[in-house]
Amino acid sequence: MQFAVSKEEILETINMVQGQNLDIRTITMGINLLDCRQDDGEATGRRVYDKITRVAKDLVRVGEDIQRDYGIPIINKRISVTPVSMLVNGFTEDDIFKVALELDRAAAEMGVNFLGGFSALVHKGYNSGDRSLIQCIPRVLAATERVCSSVNVGTTKSGINMDAVYDMGRVIKQTAEATADRDGLGCAKLVVFCNAAEDNPFMAGAFHGPGEPETVLNIGISGPGVVATVVRANPGCDLGELARLIKNTAFKITRTGELVGRVASKRLGVPFGILDLSLAPTPEVGDSVADILEAMGLERVGGPGSTAALAMLNDAVKKGGAMASSYVGGLSGAFIPVSEDAGMIRAAAEGVLNIEKLEAMTSVCSVGLDMIAIPGETNACTISAIIADEAAIGMINRKTTAVRIIPAPGKHPGDWVEFGGLLGRAPVMPVNASSAAHFIARKGRIPAPIHSLNN
Amino acid sequence: MEEGNRLIITVLGHDRVGIIYGISGVLANTNVNILDISQTILQGFFTMVMVADFADATVGLDELKLLLDQKGQELGLRVTVQHEDIFRYMHRI
Repeated sequence: MQFAVSKEEILETINMVQGQNLDIRTITMGINLLDCRQDDGEATGRRVYDKITRVAKDLVRVGEDIQRDYGIPIINKRISVTPVSMLVNGFTEDDIFKVALELDRAAAEMGVNFLGGFSALVHKGYNSGDRSLIQCIPRVLAATERVCSSVNVGTTKSGINMDAVYDMGRVIKQTAEATADRDGLGCAKLVVFCNAAEDNPFMAGAFHGPGEPETVLNIGISGPGVVATVVRANPGCDLGELARLIKNTAFKITRTGELVGRVASKRLGVPFGILDLSLAPTPEVGDSVADILEAMGLERVGGPGSTAALAMLNDAVKKGGAMASSYVGGLSGAFIPVSEDAGMIRAAAEGVLNIEKLEAMTSVCSVGLDMIAIPGETNACTISAIIADEAAIGMINRKTTAVRIIPAPGKHPGDWVEFGGLLGRAPVMPVNASSAAHFIARKGRIPAPIHSLNN
Repeated sequence: MEEGNRLIITVLGHDRVGIIYGISGVLANTNVNILDISQTILQGFFTMVMVADFADATVGLDELKLLLDQKGQELGLRVTVQHEDIFRYMHRI
């Protein structure tokens, strides 16, 4: 077989990895846990631990082998599991807590930094397992290190469960308070979704959906630095040409993910699920989605033009990526977390980027109000109202939206929270003080929207 | 998918006498067969790309990387070793 790649292309690839932070953000193994249900939390937890440590035992080693063989960094190896509420229906909170501890122990044993799936899908209503699990979230996120939690409160097909929205405002506050010594870190591991994706490989919102196979591998790509470099190198071209250049770049990034997914799937003997075409930033300099938007011509992200620039970027990434992989899924869109993106942090600290603009931007990209620190004194109803707004954008626009917000205890606008590592740091952003308490206290369900009259 | 045995070895740095000798010496000692070599000066940097067959190598990939890395440091060069599929996948459908 002839080797038909030019020297220039080889050097381009090497530059992407060594100079522009191209990496595979995550290989996430989804594992079904429904067969682990036993009579109580302790026995169920034991089965859960045994299954995870059996099925995922080679995950980290294979990830490291692929990194070595192909010279492409694989930053995270992670595990997602069946929404735990589905196997704890009827359990007490203490029993559910025991299962969560075993999840954490299994994640540590496997050497993965996060395990997602302490989750409940309650978009239309609660069963008793959902209710107990949600009550248990603050305690679990405070007591565990690696367990991530998510709750789906709405879908386009079923509307928004405002009872759950009401409760999640309170749960987020309690989680922040339970981890007050760490700036409310627990909230960084808790996502409230509308239209949650069952095959999302990214944390904290990953879970192994009920429609998924027994085990599956989902891959999350990255590469904001590579896109930013291309945009910077072409300051004079018009937006149509820029879209084409971004598409080409997205194609190359995605092909890397496709290769890693296929090789990992073969070596682990686990089916390849999807490739998630998300531009996922890290706090590292040169790995920022905000930098791309600013390279496109904005003085600062958050100013006028940000939504349009982001919409174009997001669409071009999807178009290029969709050509490169047979199976695209998950969240697939540019992420705009504040604390995890050096450019977003800068814009927020300068006061150019506020929550309202972020909300507008989430209507054209993945995934939602993400990693935003707000004052600790923000009341639960206001947090619920922010969740309701974001869920409404997702419900009406048939897309996934989410809220991962941290009411940092004792902190005020202008203070900073420090989470460290991939979770980064963020300035505390002011929240509009007008109350939605009466609206949120109505509870009930926001009906599913009509979708034939599209204007 | 089938995983082949071909590696791409790239060498970047300042030009000097003995680069090919040094690198190919490591490959000869480890029984890695060179299939193709090309070199140029790109933007003032010496750039060499080798395609090599790893099938009958006497060492594992970890050790080969280590040996090439040591030789690279000796010569003041950066040596990268990657499976060829990464390039094929990225640039071709």
